[in-house]
Amino acid sequence: MKSVKVIVSFVLTLSLFSFPSSGFQSDELLLDDEEFGLEGSPRPRSPEPILTRSPPVTAPTRKRHSDLDSDSKIQFSLEHAFGDSDFSPAGTFSARLKTWSHGGQTLTKLRFSRNSFTDEDKEKFKNLLKSDDFYRIRIPSNVLNPPGRDFVISSVKARCLPREGLDEHFVIHMEGINVLAVNYGSPGSCPYPRNLKLPAKWSFNSHTVLKNSEQAPRAPVFTEEILGGENAEGEVVPPPERSFWAKYWMYLIPLGLIVMNAVTQAMNMPEEQATGQGQPGAVQRGPSPAARRR
Amino acid sequence: MAIRSFFVPFLLFVLCFYSSLCPVLSLYEDQVGLMDWHQQYIGKVKQAVFSTQKTGRRRVIVSTEENVIASLDLRHGEIFWRHLLGSNDVIDGIDIGLGKYVITLSSGGSILRSWNLPDGQLVWESFLQGPKQSKSFLLVPTNLKTEKDNEIVVFSNGRLHAVSCIDGEVLWKKDFEAESFEVQQVIKPPGSDLIYVVGFAASSQFEMYQINARNGELLKHESATLSSGFLREVSLVSSETIVALDSTGSILLTISFQNGEISFQQTPISNLYEDSAGPAVIIPSSVPGIFAIKTNAITIFIRVIGEGKLEVVEKTNHETAVSDALPISEGEQAFALIQHAGGEMHLAVKLAHDWDSNLLKESIKMDQQRGLVHKVFINNYIRTDRSHGFRVLIVMEDHSLLLLQQGLIVWSREDGLASIIDVTTSELPLERDGVSVAKVEHNLFEWLEGHMLKLKGTLMLASPEDVAAIQSMRLKSSEKSKMTRDHNGFRKLLVVLTRAGKLFALHTGDGRIVWSHLLRSLHKSEACQSPIGLNLYQWQVPHHHAMDENPSVLVVSRCGPSSDAPGVLSFVDTYTGKELSSLSLAHAATQVIPLPYTDSTEQRLHLLIDSDKHAHLYPKTSEALNIFKREFSNIYWYSVEGHNGIIKGHALKCKCTGKVADEFCFDTRELWSVVFPSESEKIIATVTRKLNEVVHTQAKVIADQDVMYKYISKNVLFVATVAPKGSGEIGSVTPEESWLVAYLIDTVTGRILHRVTHHGAQGPVHAVFSENWVVYHYFNLRAHRYEMSVIEIYDQSRADNKDVWKLVLGKHNLTSPISLFSRPEVITKSQSYFFTHSVKAIAVTSTAKGITSKQLLIGTIGDQVLALDKRFLDPRRSVNPTQAEKEEGIIPLTDSLPIIPQSYVTHALRVEGLRGIVTVPAKLESTTLVFAHGVDLFFTQLAPSRTYDSLTEDFNYALLLITIVALVAAIFVTWRLSERKELQEKWR
Repeated sequence: MKSVKVIVSFVLTLSLFSFPSSGFQSDELLLDDEEFGLEGSPRPRSPEPILTRSPPVTAPTRKRHSDLDSDSKIQFSLEHAFGDSDFSPAGTFSARLKTWSHGGQTLTKLRFSRNSFTDEDKEKFKNLLKSDDFYRIRIPSNVLNPPGRDFVISSVKARCLPREGLDEHFVIHMEGINVLAVNYGSPGSCPYPRNLKLPAKWSFNSHTVLKNSEQAPRAPVFTEEILGGENAEGEVVPPPERSFWAKYWMYLIPLGLIVMNAVTQAMNMPEEQATGQGQPGAVQRGPSPAARRR
Repeated sequence: MAIRSFFVPFLLFVLCFYSSLCPVLSLYEDQVGLMDWHQQYIGKVKQAVFSTQKTGRRRVIVSTEENVIASLDLRHGEIFWRHLLGSNDVIDGIDIGLGKYVITLSSGGSILRSWNLPDGQLVWESFLQGPKQSKSFLLVPTNLKTEKDNEIVVFSNGRLHAVSCIDGEVLWKKDFEAESFEVQQVIKPPGSDLIYVVGFAASSQFEMYQINARNGELLKHESATLSSGFLREVSLVSSETIVALDSTGSILLTISFQNGEISFQQTPISNLYEDSAGPAVIIPSSVPGIFAIKTNAITIFIRVIGEGKLEVVEKTNHETAVSDALPISEGEQAFALIQHAGGEMHLAVKLAHDWDSNLLKESIKMDQQRGLVHKVFINNYIRTDRSHGFRVLIVMEDHSLLLLQQGLIVWSREDGLASIIDVTTSELPLERDGVSVAKVEHNLFEWLEGHMLKLKGTLMLASPEDVAAIQSMRLKSSEKSKMTRDHNGFRKLLVVLTRAGKLFALHTGDGRIVWSHLLRSLHKSEACQSPIGLNLYQWQVPHHHAMDENPSVLVVSRCGPSSDAPGVLSFVDTYTGKELSSLSLAHAATQVIPLPYTDSTEQRLHLLIDSDKHAHLYPKTSEALNIFKREFSNIYWYSVEGHNGIIKGHALKCKCTGKVADEFCFDTRELWSVVFPSESEKIIATVTRKLNEVVHTQAKVIADQDVMYKYISKNVLFVATVAPKGSGEIGSVTPEESWLVAYLIDTVTGRILHRVTHHGAQGPVHAVFSENWVVYHYFNLRAHRYEMSVIEIYDQSRADNKDVWKLVLGKHNLTSPISLFSRPEVITKSQSYFFTHSVKAIAVTSTAKGITSKQLLIGTIGDQVLALDKRFLDPRRSVNPTQAEKEEGIIPLTDSLPIIPQSYVTHALRVEGLRGIVTVPAKLESTTLVFAHGVDLFFTQLAPSRTYDSLTEDFNYALLLITIVALVAAIFVTWRLSERKELQEKWR
């Protein structure tokens, strides 16, 4: 029963991605490292090399020399581990190593081919899903003479990967030919609490991104401001000019109230004069008792 | 009636309004000392020289382990003057020359300076070079006078110099270039023109050089070989005899080089003292005829009689300290000896040639919390009855300095506070019946008088004396130094751990020491030879329940300098200063992680990571274990291996396997790693957010009514790496080969959220992380200036929650739990600015609810603390902000950050040797408490957005009260009047 299912998913994968030569899924994505959010769909292989961002030390004139630079193909392997098991090979990254005339080396055109899960692997992965454990991967920290100083490791909760198939996303941070870190996970979100969900088909849908370091923006230099605005710089920024109302409302409100009061008084006065016995002193002394009068 | 009823609240309102307008960004002169205090220290004294010959002010010149030279008043212990030399300018020796210059030798014997004794001005400075590293010695012989000058003899870097005392000119020099020659003593016998330089060569050869002190001519060079070798320490017993130990530490060698002839005498220690077992060590001293050795915690004093004959004069198993000899009259030298016996300390002053009689014998009751005596310095004076009097200056185990005279402690200085390792705070007890409250009860008359004075001051009627009285009254206000919790949360205890292993609790009101405790667990013991205090953590902070418990702190320390040495935990009650318990761990404590969980008695759970990456849970109770098991799968941590440039993330796995069943021990697994290429990057700084930081809102409304969501995660680590070449001094590399890379790393998944390279930048990097931003400071080699950069990180996954209807209908994801395993959609904004100062420390203000805007607190190179508004470090600043942006408070972009003189938090004071700035929120939202520590301590309150939620300290309540009373009275009077009037009119 199970094997039938596996075969079905297998065939499905093949038909979906039309890679008749191999049983595993190979995706490649050649992205500029700044376009972090653009990956997703696999792209067709492009025959001519696409330059990724150059290493920061490169002078702006490098493009002229690029035809002098030599290319070579290199491969390095991806290894995976289920929970605490030992690492075993899981796929191969292949890339073009570009050697610049000034001596720097960078990787371009990264491709990835994933080995498909064996039945044993699937069983292990299912166990991981059940126990909500970690699926771990590692790649060498130096692609020319692996493993370099150490492997760079990354891991994710296995329950984050299954979707339709198994979706994975690699971000490989490079510095020349050294791999600083690999960030591994699902390409989208992995909401908590993680629910147990078995993948419909056991094939990997892989996305890979190569990243190099960004240049920091330079501190701005304003020569003219320094010359002209010497005094403006040392001063505290003056508070924004407020409107007349904002400035004097605390005086205006009582003033308004007093005026209003006076107006009411004035309204009462004629009435009082009409009804009263004509006491001029009472009006002068205080209007409020007068207001109270019947 | 309408006017009257309106007028009273209006007046009140106006009063309140004006009183709250007081600016807090800078202080008025008379506000200094109201909320801040400043204490000056010098550190543990290494060497002391008395200057009491002249009849002026009696003083003592000291050099300390904090590289301070200070002149102290011998009567009161106050500082006349002091100089803090740089951290790499370690003082090797001090002395007084010609009675008016303080001579200091520092930086491994390469800098010789002379300071004016009365005022501490630098007189001259000489740089002494030499062929090789060596011990350094400073001698200022009194008899080596040529005309009016005095020669200073300095041995440093393998070269002997004679330097003029007047102008620091080198008179002559002599090199000792023999490869293996290690100098042990430079001796200038009094009354002769000879200098002896003695030392060992090739571990078994004794070398002696005799040099003419007038011109540096080598008169004689003798050497002798001893097969058994030497231990390095020697003790000088006369000007032509030294005592050393052989390499096994069991045979005493008396080496005399009288008239240039070297002769050895060997005496096995077992001949002198039968029970000796194990190697002995010589206690360095220079008392003529007597030296001391220590074996198995027993101190033996041995007298040298004649031709290398030795005689034991005293054996004691008490802790002992001996001073150097002090010449008191022709041919007579005295020295001080201090022994501990129980809680008492016995001081004896003896003549060097006469052990059995005492010139002085005193017993002094000593506070147990000061520990043992480490150093003794003796000085004499003439008593009123013309006999010799002695005073001694002692340095205790807790680094405090005391002067003893006539059996009393004349003064004491708590100089342990100059070397603070860690700071935490504790609340004070609640005010209730039975809790002791400091003297706050005024009588009514005093209270009235005070308020009358204040009233006079307010109405500008006060005379200068009254003004002074008002000022002193404000400064002494007992309200701020009460021993109970206050409503605003200004009164707290600062619990500090010093390098001496002593805990102090300082009151934030006036900085006094509430209690101090020398930790027993940090005592030297058989099990733990050199304990080092590491960190302080808040162990128990009772608030909701368990209110009857006292709060306590956890002190983590370890035995020995290596990070895998076993750890020691001690728990100290912060109200009483009592050590509740202490634990000697079987494992190391390389990392201590306070977990965000507490048990029913409000004890915080802590996870200790040992050197084998096992996690140990504390407290070891089953309740804690249950709480911990619930959160077991959600606990992650990271470790930074700075030496090999790897950052690793870990999670818990299962119970420890293999070892003895310990249910509080857990195995861990490695989840992720970031490996920095060793040839291009080296970690120089890592910073995280403070664990207890409160963020008020996640959303930030920007000018065009748009909302940005801050990416607020407690699990972001800022890492700065530099090129290995560029990790040295500024200017040691060219801009092309130096760069700085800043990273933001998620510590749960190991994702690099942001990575940016600054070319031509160099460390040191100082950084501070708060909310969703990090600010870091570095040097820009291209612009030859310091620079500060800010990175702000925003969450884009929540950015579409802008629709009000979505929020109303609940169709937003703002309340859904966040999982870091989701791929983060973040954007970062950053900007860089030039900054004038280099920086020693950087911190950020923190308030109770996080509403108040933030200020950066920058410890400048001038040892001051500068408050810089965070608005100056806003990556959204632009050259010409729009009107809407201006209204939002965005400052037009400038290339450098302004330094406004009024915004120095420390105003006119300096916190010498500034090392750290700690901010603690007060209960009042507007206010934060700032504690800066170095050699000095400074504390103040800050209100980054002014005190918008309270009246100021000097608000005149009496005036308000009188006004209200007067108004009420006036209302009643007028009411009565109007009543009467009305009645009269009715009767009319």
